[in-house]
Amino acid sequence: MTHPLLSIRDLRVEFETDAGPVPAVRGVDLELEEGETVALVGESGCGKSVTALSIMRLMSGRVAGGQIDFRGQNLASLSEPAMRRVRGAQIGMIFQEPMTSLNPVFKIGRQIEEVLTLHQGLSPSAARGQAVELLGRVGIPSPAARLEQYPHELSGGMKQRVMIAIAIACRPALLIADEPTTALDVTIQAQIMVLLRSLQRELGMAVLLITHDLGLVAHFAERVNVMYAGKIVEHGGVREIFKQPAHPYTRALLAALPDPTKRARLEAIGGRVPSPAMLPRGCAFCTRCKHAFEPCPDQQPPLFDVGAPHVAACWLHDPGRAAVLES
Amino acid sequence: MTADTGPVLVPAAEQLGAAETPLQQVWRAFRKDRLAMAGLYLLIALLVLALVGKLITEWWVLFDPTTVRLPDKLLPPLSRASSALPAEQVPPFGRYWFGTDELGRNVFARMLQGSFVSLSVGIVAVSISLSVGIVIGGVAGFYGERKLLLVGIDTILMRFTDVVLCFPTFFLILTVVALLPPSIYNIMAVIGLTSWMSTARFVRAEFLSLRERDFVVAAHALGLPEWRIIFRHLVPNAMAPVLVTATIDVAYAILTESALSFLGFGVRPPFATWGNILADGRNYIFDAPWLFAIPGTAILLVVLAFNLVGEGLRDAMNPRLRKRSR
Repeated sequence: MTHPLLSIRDLRVEFETDAGPVPAVRGVDLELEEGETVALVGESGCGKSVTALSIMRLMSGRVAGGQIDFRGQNLASLSEPAMRRVRGAQIGMIFQEPMTSLNPVFKIGRQIEEVLTLHQGLSPSAARGQAVELLGRVGIPSPAARLEQYPHELSGGMKQRVMIAIAIACRPALLIADEPTTALDVTIQAQIMVLLRSLQRELGMAVLLITHDLGLVAHFAERVNVMYAGKIVEHGGVREIFKQPAHPYTRALLAALPDPTKRARLEAIGGRVPSPAMLPRGCAFCTRCKHAFEPCPDQQPPLFDVGAPHVAACWLHDPGRAAVLES
Repeated sequence: MTADTGPVLVPAAEQLGAAETPLQQVWRAFRKDRLAMAGLYLLIALLVLALVGKLITEWWVLFDPTTVRLPDKLLPPLSRASSALPAEQVPPFGRYWFGTDELGRNVFARMLQGSFVSLSVGIVAVSISLSVGIVIGGVAGFYGERKLLLVGIDTILMRFTDVVLCFPTFFLILTVVALLPPSIYNIMAVIGLTSWMSTARFVRAEFLSLRERDFVVAAHALGLPEWRIIFRHLVPNAMAPVLVTATIDVAYAILTESALSFLGFGVRPPFATWGNILADGRNYIFDAPWLFAIPGTAILLVVLAFNLVGEGLRDAMNPRLRKRSR
């Protein structure tokens, strides 16, 4: 393999507040090859959406450091007009809330055609034809008639399909799906994910799937990044992560999944995510971690190798402390 | 479970039939408001009258509002023209429908001419104030957090708006109009430039909430340029409260123009406006009451009609009120 499609190195994002800058993303590394699906998992507020938005340079915070290489250009330092040619054309994005992600005052046809005329310079009639074709491709029946409808006339699943149609309109190399199914019914969730996967194969695009739904990850992702308090704490192939979770946080996440075959109490993770303004000096998870020991509160754990393409940021995996792991 | 119970599919055509644009929804609610509809009919009638009036007072000699007929001065409405007049000065159908003034000018023709002036002043002035208000409010709402010389753009623009709001508007207009040559265009501009503040505030408030909405973030994510997001995606969504104030502002602009003309700062005398017909009439309140009653009633009706339409629009565009009235 040559260059990865997207490679994020040490991304840091801060939000300016009255009490000074608050870090939301604290040094994230992420890589995506052409055509692959990588998941970014974590609970609410861990910085996964901010990471996604900062790839598009759309967050209200400030990129404090790091670089985002996409097809050999650093998006973090690209000029705004050049960035606009990347957004929508080379990187598509779909959002969590299909209900509010479409402009309520325009027919959906116009919203699809807008991207096509803007990025591909299509004539209005050519754009219309393309829009019909796109709607058909995302599985919307009688697409020509649907173009004449307003967003409020569509169901949530339909709207998400329209959002997908808009996002793939210019055949992007990368699709960022920010919790694409969180707001939808379970049955619709599956349909949308199957649609995304078939489109991904058809168009050969890479998908960065941002979610907190581990079931989705297990089915659709090839590699998984687990994020906690602005850092990637574990990264590996989907099989390794689910079979041998190495970081106590990943283990706790997996333990918190309901198992329909048992009627056991669900295991919640005790405590809560530390506020980004008041992070411990060491591992951010140490206050909630059952295994925390003496280096945890004071020293940031680096990413230790725990298998072939599998790393975890936890002192338990420090080769020098292998003895502790045994106990 | 039997094999033939497949999923029930509603035929697509049936689902798609009842498409209703947001505009149609507003219109449906608006139509139910009888007072607002009465106002709307009145406005349409006045607009037609003003346009027709503009044409016939310009081109039809018999309707010339400036013709002075001294033998026929101060005649009450519906009185016949005296036989002493030369043929080209006799009013149409030989009658003065709204009477004549102290110079024997046909009040009906003068009112027609004035209606065009009043309505065009109202509409042009409000167009100016809308443009200024949308730009200032939009910039403050959209770019407000950026800084210009250490102060936020929002702070600069909105405090400037507050300062302008503090001026006693009417006296400001009087002063400016007294300094400028008396022309109808100056009056339109001055009224427009002193009444954009509420529009700016509304647009800013709408933009502040719209800016954070998902579809705006989505529009950014599609790489749309900022001007396009502002004008194609934000402005149409922010128009509802703006349209309502605009309608009511037209009424205020007409009132202001009438007041200016009444005080003699408005349109130059040979040219009739409702305000200066009223002003001329005040010297003859007891001898010729129609001279103030007719323009006064006209002003009242227009202002009332614009207010009724504005309030009807406000109710029709408010989804909460709309549901209740159903």
